[in-house]
Amino acid sequence: MSADTTDRQPVLDIRGLCVDYGYGDAATHAVIEADLTLHRGEVVGLAGESGSGKSTIAYGATRLLRQPGVVTDGIVRFTPDAGKPDETIDILEASPQQLRAIRWSDIALVFQAAMNSLNPVMSVQAQLIDTLAAHGRGASRRERIDRAGELLELVGISQDRLKSFPHELSGGMKQRVMIALALALEPQVVIMDEPTTALDVVTQRQIMEQIMGLRDRLGFSVLFITHDLSLLLEMADTIAIMYAGRIVETAPARQLFHAPRHPYTAALLDSFPSLHGERTVMTGIPGSPPDMRKPPAGCAFADRCKFALDRCTADQPVLSSPAIKADGRRQVACWLHEENELPEPLAAPEPAVQAAGAAPEGGSK
Amino acid sequence: MAVNATLNAPEAEPVTVTQAGGRKFWSVLTRSKWVTVGLAIFVLYVIMAIIGPMIAPYDPQGQDYTAVMQPPSPAHWLGTTQLGQDVLSQLLVGFGPTLELGFLAGVIATALSIIIGVSSGYYAGSAGEGLSLLSNVFLVIPQLPLLVVIYALDPKASLWVYAVALAALGWAWGARVLRAQTIALANQDFVLAAKASGEPAWRIILFEILPNELPVLATSFVFTVIGAIGSYVALSFVGLVNLSSQNWGVMLYYAFNAQAVSENAWWWYVPPGIAVAIILLGLVMLNFGIDEFINPRLKAAGISRKQMKAASLNPGVTPVVRRVRDTAPAGGPAGAETVRSARRTK
Amino acid sequence: MRYVLRRIGFYLVTVWAAVTINFFIPRLMPGNPVDIMVSKLSANGGLVNPGTVASLRAQFGMGANTSLLSQYFQYWDQLFHGNLGKSIGQYPATVVSVIGQHLPWTIGLIGSAVVIAFIVGTVIGTYSAWRRGTWLDSALPVSAFLQALPYFWLGLVAVQVFALNLGWFPRDLGGSTLGASTTMSWSFVGDASYHALLPAITIVLTSLSGWMVGQRNMMITTLDQDYVLVAQAKGVSPRRVMWLYAARNAILPQFASFAVALGLVVSGSLVVELVFNYPGIGTLLLNAVGNEDYTLMQGIFLVITLTVLAANFLADIAYVILDPRARQEA
Repeated sequence: MSADTTDRQPVLDIRGLCVDYGYGDAATHAVIEADLTLHRGEVVGLAGESGSGKSTIAYGATRLLRQPGVVTDGIVRFTPDAGKPDETIDILEASPQQLRAIRWSDIALVFQAAMNSLNPVMSVQAQLIDTLAAHGRGASRRERIDRAGELLELVGISQDRLKSFPHELSGGMKQRVMIALALALEPQVVIMDEPTTALDVVTQRQIMEQIMGLRDRLGFSVLFITHDLSLLLEMADTIAIMYAGRIVETAPARQLFHAPRHPYTAALLDSFPSLHGERTVMTGIPGSPPDMRKPPAGCAFADRCKFALDRCTADQPVLSSPAIKADGRRQVACWLHEENELPEPLAAPEPAVQAAGAAPEGGSK
Repeated sequence: MAVNATLNAPEAEPVTVTQAGGRKFWSVLTRSKWVTVGLAIFVLYVIMAIIGPMIAPYDPQGQDYTAVMQPPSPAHWLGTTQLGQDVLSQLLVGFGPTLELGFLAGVIATALSIIIGVSSGYYAGSAGEGLSLLSNVFLVIPQLPLLVVIYALDPKASLWVYAVALAALGWAWGARVLRAQTIALANQDFVLAAKASGEPAWRIILFEILPNELPVLATSFVFTVIGAIGSYVALSFVGLVNLSSQNWGVMLYYAFNAQAVSENAWWWYVPPGIAVAIILLGLVMLNFGIDEFINPRLKAAGISRKQMKAASLNPGVTPVVRRVRDTAPAGGPAGAETVRSARRTK
Repeated sequence: MRYVLRRIGFYLVTVWAAVTINFFIPRLMPGNPVDIMVSKLSANGGLVNPGTVASLRAQFGMGANTSLLSQYFQYWDQLFHGNLGKSIGQYPATVVSVIGQHLPWTIGLIGSAVVIAFIVGTVIGTYSAWRRGTWLDSALPVSAFLQALPYFWLGLVAVQVFALNLGWFPRDLGGSTLGASTTMSWSFVGDASYHALLPAITIVLTSLSGWMVGQRNMMITTLDQDYVLVAQAKGVSPRRVMWLYAARNAILPQFASFAVALGLVVSGSLVVELVFNYPGIGTLLLNAVGNEDYTLMQGIFLVITLTVLAANFLADIAYVILDPRARQEA
């Protein structure tokens, strides 16, 4: 599951995405100028605390955000055909009909609350074939039912559950059905918004393994949204960290873990224990995120940042390559990198690039 | 690495239960357009109930055989009845009894529904189930035929008797809603904490549970008042109340039986109907306002009608409304790109 | 299955309660109902002989020395034999036959009005929640207005304007043209429908707003559910999202509130019958009150209650069919 196995062709490219809740002066700026690229076959993890805008990026980019959500700027370039990298669709400019065609057949979603994602009055089979029929898959009802059965088997649920209703399934099973539903049309991108939060730890684990197994077999790209950074370190190729509506750091998982470049990332990594590493003092992050109706002029993290400079409260840092250059695949939004000397926690050396296929294993050196 | 490094608890939908339920409820309500209009109507009716009998130009029962079935005129603004009574005067004295009956019935029914609904929700088990069954039975049995019995028992029964009877038949809906609310509240942390600290049940119900049920209580009160006024007017219209009493339903009874409709004496039967309709309209609007408080989705704050329309024409597609920005000239991301490189080279 | 059994239990209890209340109605009346009825009967010019008095006593179970309890059992026994006694006002016709003449009119009028109001209200409610911000928003104030109008008063105005002044509807009120044959024929059905139209429109207009507001509120809540968002993300057509995902779920509580609404609608509609001089149960009941015809009142009360219960039972069945959770609750 390393990004090195891919040809690094972008499939979903989000540029300068801005999303507000509400209109005019009362608007809350939930996502501000977010850049995020998902390559073919890649697993990108998006982490941040509640209210940081991580889910809003995903729903905004697919235009599934409900009222009063509104996209105020940006480009979301989707490349449907790997063979034709120049043919792209801007999702933000697409007509409702175009969008409906892209949705699910190209970009599918697995939602946070598995409990409520399935229509309680339709059987599992009806919901699966409804999806197939909406995109004209399967010549006959019979074919669609067969395909629905295959899909259930794919996620390890027996075919005789086809006639079941959601309330007859356990939470884990419901989420598996959702995954089967997401894969029904063999999409190129699957967006997963905290797909396992509502589940117990054991089920969580099983589902994660299943998702990763399916990804290896089917080769779709994943945008994985979670507040669980440790989970991402384990499974993502690239991780993006969000804070107060902005992406503050993106890096390959291993590099982010061993050598965080943003003070917020470093603080996050300090706030949970590593099972493999030596015992360290866990520290929380003092303070709380800013009010997004009136975002501060400078860096939103400045007043919680140990290393903040005068400049940090005045100017907004932009996402760019950090002072310590790696392979050019990481970016950070922090003024400290323009200083001559970086504070020590942000200056760890880049870890050695590992061979393809090896997972970034947190702290096991 | 099976560590759960949760930054926050998963974003669960907050329960809309506030400890200071009452004050917030009132302040939100008074900002609602429905409530403003509804309350205005209600206050107007209360004023009319007080001054109505004083400003009535004639004795509402006084008969003037020289002016029978007269259409509106300067002497009789709303015309006269078949017996030469002044319709306006009859209308003016009708405010009092209507409000009195509705209010009495509402208070009694709400008290009943609190006692039965809250206790059936608070005490689980067969007692609660039994009370719930009782309210469901009362919900289903039609009221009208039972109200007929009251008339048969005592054709001169007072307004109070009808208020009590309407309350006795109208508490069940409120009780059912309150029961459901109480069951939900009884499992809330603050109630469990109060229970654990040994607070007596009456205190928990009175100070922890009921304040949080205020909005539901308010709808069920208004709902009962609407039902009671409507039923009483209907009963009066069919002549099943003391026909020497003064109320709008009785006016309609006499109008109907005097063939006011085929005589085209609209001034006789249209005003009392409108008077009933307006107060009921006010109460229905109050209820709409309370509904919007209970379920804020109904109101959709912060969105103008135009924006809502745009969204509802393309449901499931987030609108893209590009903000005009003064920093970057055009094409947001490109502009942002230039800003960025400019900064870098500094 | 448990759900169904519970509901059946509920209906049995309710029927028992209704019958018991009914049993007590004449016994609550001031004085001895039999004496009242005998005097009423003779005043009506009926033939009163000792046999009639005895049969009345037997009918009320008020024989000289019978206890209340044995009267009660006797009453049940008569019920099971379909015997509701004889009407005082229309002696010696039986209550069952008198009600039998009027009930079909009421069921035809109120039954179809309720069904139409439910369907129309639900459809408007669904659309007004789906298309918020459009002209459909005015459905809310309009429905508040309709909800506030007394049923019978709207009927009075409708008669005046549309039947008498404009003549769009029959001037001779009632269920059908006076003197025309009421045997089943196409011309009778046409005539009866024409007569039923205005009262039906009155009932539909005043009762549909309850369904409308209920459905609108539930739709708005349902539209916020994840499964609706999933359906939109799946690229399902908007029409399908609206009906199959949102409205299909939003309608379920409507069936649960059917019981509450139906009692009110029926009570209101019975009064509408009077306005339109409609030969249904409502007019019959009010005439029975005027005649102090207790046996008939008693019978009508029982029949109305049982009919409302039957309608509720149908709503329950529909609910069980529509909601898999109720169907399979173990």
